Amino acid sequence: MSDEWKDPLNLIITGVGGQGNILISKLIGEAMLEEGYWVTIGETYGATQRGGSVASHVRISKITQHGPIIPEAQADIILGLEPVESLRMLGMYGNSKTSVITNVRPVHPMAVAIGEAEYPPLEIIKQAIRELSQEAWYLDASEIAIGLGAPLLTNMVMTGALIGSGLIPLGEENFKHHLNMNFKNDKLSLNLKAFTLGVSAIRKQK
Amino acid sequence: MSNIVINAPNTVQLLMGNEAIARGALEAGMGVAAAYPGNPSSEIIETLAKVAKERNLYVEWSINEKVALEVAAAASLTNVRALCATKQNGLNVALDFLSNLNLTGVKKGLVLVVCDDPSGISSTNEQDSRYVAKIMDLPLLEPATSQEAKDMTQWAFELSEKIANVCILRSVTRISHAREKVVLGELPNVERHVHFDLSRKPYASIGGKAPELHRTLHQNITRMIEIYESSPFNWYTGPENPKLLIITCGSGWLYSLEAVRILSADHTVGILKLGTTWPLPKKMIEKYMLQTRKILVIEEVDAFLEGNLKELAADMKQGRTWTFYGKASGHIPSFGEMNPDIVINGVVHALDLKYVVRDSEYHEKSQELVKQYVPPRGSQFCAGCPHRTTFWAIKNALIMDGREGVLTGDIGCYAMATMSTGFFQIRTVHAMGSGAGIASGMGKLNQFGFDQPVLTVCGDSTFFHAAIPALINGVHSKSQFILILLDNGGTAMTGFQPHPGINLNAMGEPAPILDIESLCHALGIKVMVTDPNDINGTTEKLLELLHNEGNPSVLISRRECALISARREKPLYKVWVNHDQCIGESCGCDRFCTRVFRCPGLIWDQNTKKAMIDEAVCSGCGVCVEICPHHAILKESNG
Repeated sequence: MSDEWKDPLNLIITGVGGQGNILISKLIGEAMLEEGYWVTIGETYGATQRGGSVASHVRISKITQHGPIIPEAQADIILGLEPVESLRMLGMYGNSKTSVITNVRPVHPMAVAIGEAEYPPLEIIKQAIRELSQEAWYLDASEIAIGLGAPLLTNMVMTGALIGSGLIPLGEENFKHHLNMNFKNDKLSLNLKAFTLGVSAIRKQK
Repeated sequence: MSNIVINAPNTVQLLMGNEAIARGALEAGMGVAAAYPGNPSSEIIETLAKVAKERNLYVEWSINEKVALEVAAAASLTNVRALCATKQNGLNVALDFLSNLNLTGVKKGLVLVVCDDPSGISSTNEQDSRYVAKIMDLPLLEPATSQEAKDMTQWAFELSEKIANVCILRSVTRISHAREKVVLGELPNVERHVHFDLSRKPYASIGGKAPELHRTLHQNITRMIEIYESSPFNWYTGPENPKLLIITCGSGWLYSLEAVRILSADHTVGILKLGTTWPLPKKMIEKYMLQTRKILVIEEVDAFLEGNLKELAADMKQGRTWTFYGKASGHIPSFGEMNPDIVINGVVHALDLKYVVRDSEYHEKSQELVKQYVPPRGSQFCAGCPHRTTFWAIKNALIMDGREGVLTGDIGCYAMATMSTGFFQIRTVHAMGSGAGIASGMGKLNQFGFDQPVLTVCGDSTFFHAAIPALINGVHSKSQFILILLDNGGTAMTGFQPHPGINLNAMGEPAPILDIESLCHALGIKVMVTDPNDINGTTEKLLELLHNEGNPSVLISRRECALISARREKPLYKVWVNHDQCIGESCGCDRFCTRVFRCPGLIWDQNTKKAMIDEAVCSGCGVCVEICPHHAILKESNG
C-alpha cells in the first residue's frame, strides 16, 4: 500500500433505506481500524426502514480522529447503491477530484410512482456524475446480486467494487479475512461470492 | 467484530456512541438498566439487554420513562449501580420524579443518560435537555467522542456516589449514532451487597424539609465545581493569547478542530473543550477567557453553554470585556443540528477571513444538475404496512359519515398519516398519549354546539405508555370518541422492542401478556377488533362506532408490522398486474393504485403507462387486488 493517501480520506456510502449501507460502512470501518487507522462513521437513522435516503460518512485517517459529518464539498469517494442518490451526494459533498462508484439499478421514490417527479434516464445520470467527478465507475450490482439469488447482497458486491478499485487503503485479502470473522456458513460463502464478483466487475473496467 | 463483553483491556473496537455508553456502564459494574425505547437512545438498553445474562444484569424496557427512572432509582437506593436512558421527550416524562429524587438524593451511583436529537431527525422536537441539569442542580457531562462516552459513563457513577445524587450524561444523535475507535478498559468482578438500609432517614422531602434539602443541593454544586476544576474531560489546545477562543462541548469539539484545520487557523485560534458543562469549572474557564477578547461558542442545540459563560463573565472582576460570537449574536444558527461548515462560517466571521468551499463553476453546475434530475425521496409506510389500510378505512368511513370527523394522532410510524402516505388523515401530533387526551377533551365540546365526530389513533406500545390514563379520563367524563388502537405487535418505529402486550421481555425471557381487549373491557366501554386489511369490514365497524353515543369506544386494528412478518415467513401471495385489464392513464380511477393508495410495491411503468408490481418491494399482502376498480391486479396464494 502506498503511503501517499489523502488524509483524511472521506468516503460517503449512500443509498435508500433497507439497502444495507449501514452494515457495509461498519464492516469497512472495522477492517480499517484493524489496519491501524482512525475511523469515524457518521450515519443518520430514523427514516432507514421507510424508504428515505440514507448516507453514511466514513472518515479514515492515519493522523487523528475526525467528526462524523464530512464538511461540504470534501468527499473523496462516493459509493452509491442507487444512481440518483450518488448524484444527490455530489451536489452537497462533491468536488472536481471526487471519485464515484455507483450501482446503476434505480429505486424509484414515491414521488416518481405517483407522477409528481420524473426519474431521469440512466444515460443522463451517468453524464451528470461524469461531469461532477474526476473518475466514475458504473456497475449493475443488483443484477449480480440477483444472480446469486439474493438482491440484498447488492451492498457486498458494491463493497467488492470499492476495494477492487484501489481507492481506499484496504486489500482484498484483508477484507475477506474480516468477512470470515463476521459471517458463518452459507452467509459467509454468499457474501464472499458477492464480494469477489464486485472486485472482478470493477477490475474489468480499469 | 465488536464484542461488548470482551474483557481485554487496552484493545480497540469500533463502537457506536450508545454501545460505548453501555460498555462504560459495564466497566463501572452497573447492575440495573431501564428505559422506554426512543431514538437516538434505544441502542444503549438493547446492547445491555443482550449481555444481561452473561454479566448478571437486570435490564428492562419499562412501560414509560418515569417508571424506568424509578426502577433505576430503586436499585440505587438498595445499593446497586443503575442507569436509565431516554431521549429528550422521554426525559420530560420522568421529570416529576427527578425533581423530587434530586432532593432526597441516591445511594449507589445512578446515571441518567439523555440523548437529544438536534434537527429532530427521529423526533417531533429538538429540545435541548441540558437545562434540566441546571433546574435540578444536578451535574451534567457531555461526551465529545465514543471514547469519552465510555469513559464519562464509567466516571459518572463515581461522581454520582461522591455527591450522593443523580448524574446526567447528555449525548446527541451524532455522538450516540457515530461509530468510532474506543480503547476498552477492564470489566470488574462485582460483589454486590444488596440491602435497603432501614437505619437511615427516609428518602422523602415532606414535612417542610424541601428548603433545607434544596440548600444541600446548592452546597453540592460547590463540591461539583471543585471536582470539575481538575477534570480530565476539559482541556485547551492552541496558542497562548489566541485572537479567538472557541469554547465548545459535545459534538462541537471535533467540528471545531476540523474547522481550525481547514482554515489553517491553529496559530490564532484556541479551542477550550469542556466535558463538564454544569456547573461550569469557573477558575479553569476564567484562565483561558482572560487570554482573549473574542469568544466563539459552539454547542447544540440552544445557547445553554453560551448563556452560562456570560453569567461567569459578569462575575469576573478583572474588568475585561469580550465579544461573544454565537447563537445570541446570530453568527451561529439558534436551531437545527451543528456541523463543521457552521463552525467554519463562525470562525470566518469572527476573524474576518475568507473561505471558498469549492470553485464556483463546479458549485453552480452541481446545484443545477441535482435540481434538474434528482427526485425527492420522502419517508412513507412500507409495502404491506397495516397502517396504510387502517388509514384508508378511516378515510372512507369519515367520508361516508360526512360530518367532518377529526382524527387526532400520536407518536409512532403512524404519525406519518399527517402526510400523503396516510392520506392526510391525522390532524394533531404532540406527545406520547396526547392524541387520546386531546380526543377526550374534544369529545366534551358538544355543549358548545360542536358536532364533529372525534377519533384518535395510538399504537400498542403508546397505549401502555400514556394513552390508558387519557382513555380512563374519557370514560369518567363521558367523552364521546373512538380510540383506534393500531396493534402491530411491538414498538415498531424504534426497532420492535417488546412492551407489556408481548410475551417476551427485554432480556428475551418469557413474560406475561397484558391483554389489551380485557383491559379495555374492564373500563366498561364498547370494544371491537378488526383486521385492517379487511378494508370494508374495518370501515363498517368504524361507521358503527361513530354512532356509539356518550362514551369512548375502542377499535383494535390488529395486524403484525409487515417488516416483522417478512423476517419470519414468505409473502402470503404472489401479486401481479394483468396489463390487458389495466387501462393505464385512461382509467377513470386517476391511477388509483399508485397515485392514491400509494403502496411502494406498486409502481408505474413509464413505457407501457400502466401499473406494475415491484417484486423486490412487494410484501405480498394482496390488499391492492381488492382496491383496483378495474380488477387488473391479480394474486395467487404462495401455498
